[in-house]
Amino acid sequence: MYQYDQYDQAMVDARVEEFRDQARRRLEGKLTEDQFKPLRLMNGLYLQLHAYMLRVAIPYGTLNARQMETLADIAEKYDRGYGHFTTRQNIQYNWIKLEDAADILADLAKVEMHAIQTSGNCIRNISSDHFAGAAADEVVDPRPYAELLRQWSSFHPEFTYLPRKFKIAVIASANDRAAMRLHDIGIRIVSREGKIGAEFYAGGGMGRTPMIAPMIRDFVPLDQLITYAEAALRVYNRYGRRDNKYKARIKILVHELGAAEYTRQVEEEFAHMLSVGVEPPLAELERIRTHFSDPAFVDGPKTIDRSNPDFALWVDRNTHRHKHDAHVSAVISLKPVGGIPGDATADQMRLVARLAKQYSFDELRVMHTQNLLLPHVRIADLHALWSALDAAGLGAPNTDTIEDIIACPGLDYCSLANARSIPLAQRISERFAQAGRTEVVGELKLKISGCINACGHHHAGHIGILGVDKKGTENYQLSLGGSEAEDVSLAKITGPGFDEDGVIAAVEKVTDVYLATRADGERFLDTYRRIGMEPFKEALYG
Amino acid sequence: MACKEAEMADNLGTSPDEVQFRFRDDEPVDHGTVTVDAALDQTNATAVRIEPGDDARALLPFLERLALVEVNFPAFGDGRGYSSARILREAGYVGELRAVGDVLIDQLNHMRRCGFDSFAPDNRLDEEDALRAFATWDNVYQRAADPGQSGRRTIAEQRHEA
Repeated sequence: MYQYDQYDQAMVDARVEEFRDQARRRLEGKLTEDQFKPLRLMNGLYLQLHAYMLRVAIPYGTLNARQMETLADIAEKYDRGYGHFTTRQNIQYNWIKLEDAADILADLAKVEMHAIQTSGNCIRNISSDHFAGAAADEVVDPRPYAELLRQWSSFHPEFTYLPRKFKIAVIASANDRAAMRLHDIGIRIVSREGKIGAEFYAGGGMGRTPMIAPMIRDFVPLDQLITYAEAALRVYNRYGRRDNKYKARIKILVHELGAAEYTRQVEEEFAHMLSVGVEPPLAELERIRTHFSDPAFVDGPKTIDRSNPDFALWVDRNTHRHKHDAHVSAVISLKPVGGIPGDATADQMRLVARLAKQYSFDELRVMHTQNLLLPHVRIADLHALWSALDAAGLGAPNTDTIEDIIACPGLDYCSLANARSIPLAQRISERFAQAGRTEVVGELKLKISGCINACGHHHAGHIGILGVDKKGTENYQLSLGGSEAEDVSLAKITGPGFDEDGVIAAVEKVTDVYLATRADGERFLDTYRRIGMEPFKEALYG
Repeated sequence: MACKEAEMADNLGTSPDEVQFRFRDDEPVDHGTVTVDAALDQTNATAVRIEPGDDARALLPFLERLALVEVNFPAFGDGRGYSSARILREAGYVGELRAVGDVLIDQLNHMRRCGFDSFAPDNRLDEEDALRAFATWDNVYQRAADPGQSGRRTIAEQRHEA
């Protein structure tokens, strides 16, 4: 994986000192809170309901054991002994003191980590496929391109005060595991006639106005990647709306101009930009790529002993095909039944770090589904790995099931939320687990947001739940039919909302409809797409 | 409209006295600026003020006669002026490029990198803090409009020097 050289290290070190100085000026009264706010946000520091929250960047979701151990240390030293992994492959700490923030950033810098641009109206941490470098179905490893973009977007002088936040995802497979088309810019690395290049999508997003990004360019040559991104951002910086923060994302610009007109403007800017010479030398991409060469995979058994049904179920549910046939990628579920989605204790982080060293070439991933992943595990080691995970409460065999819920922090932490998300996720997973229905229902992606900002990706859930405030009480709207994957679609609202108990019952009812009507091999989503909304509405409101 | 704005020209813009930081040796322009619209009508205007919504490219046909372009930042969070500045420098503008308005310490470095070479903040900045801000980064990841004859060598370029 990528390692800093002296330049990268100097950049994060300089950033720590810059932030220390900003915090000093804030404390001395030289900066107003309004002036300080964007500066702390660009270092990942939010003010939430009860305390500051610090969001640490995990570029394209890749980290090593030492970095994970540092995240555990921070959880213990500066927080309450746990952290929360997010849908953009980052980690958040919910109980941070402002006066500790610069020291935490310094601790992070020692292990080549940072919180740069994890918030603010700038280009955020670049996300990617959590199976990158391991998946059998990828064209190339997308992470070198994500790293190239990380460097380009870090402290970009022109794009630090954009109309609104800006999220980029990079994938390199026909299978989308990064919600690529629900990003401000989505990039898919493709191969055309033996040449590698990039498809560009622009103007996707969730929030209060969900949009699926249209393609704006089907092939950008590798030696023009940064130039094209620069052109796309400049058009947005100049013409994105600034009169209304709810209409300021690039999706609104692309929608209002139309994809064709936005594309025309980008192409015009791109033609100009090519003459400016902003592209890094192609040798830089080659240099980065050498950091992502394959570990020394070894041949070995390709099958497991299935005599233990619990182990066999975990392998079936939580492992993914690897490009080397004696290995798999293994999901470490952070969704224990009744637990808080995405939370991990310091001890769990340390265990996962140790297992990564022992079984996965010192590599770990954070998944956008708020789980962790060991990307390169020998099939021969799976039983030992599972035993260690299971003993630590990390062996839930529930990837992509109804227990594998994405949920935002909701009203338990977030100052924007209208309703709680976490308790609802806990109750739904308990209900299905206790009834033994999780496996029966199979793949079902349920996503919960505690407000219209959609941090819990409810628009992209096979089942989505949106918490709203209805005359002072929490109310939950149910929606069906969303997907963040290659078959991307936006979920549709079923009808009037429910209270907490009601929405849990409603989730059960829609799964009843599915189980009663599904054809062979159909997932919940497939059945919904085949039979439409009406049968579900009938069951809910009829 | 353009005529009325031209009459107001004396009141528009900052005077050399208001410039707190200047990275040029030539004499500053000692008269007011006109709006972009007015500049398009007045063939003799040498100083222009760009507002956030103005298209900096409208000035490209007249760049040679311009000695001062002010870019106004009515609110520091409105980043359109950074693009305006780079567009002018990319087009070969070599005159003074002045950031005016809600210009704060922590924006100075990025503004300098986008081609600004003078700064007239609404509220005077702490000199020491400002000079530290200008010098925050020894190196940069991106090619922009950094000062220097042929721009500043980026980190990537330095990594791959022969």
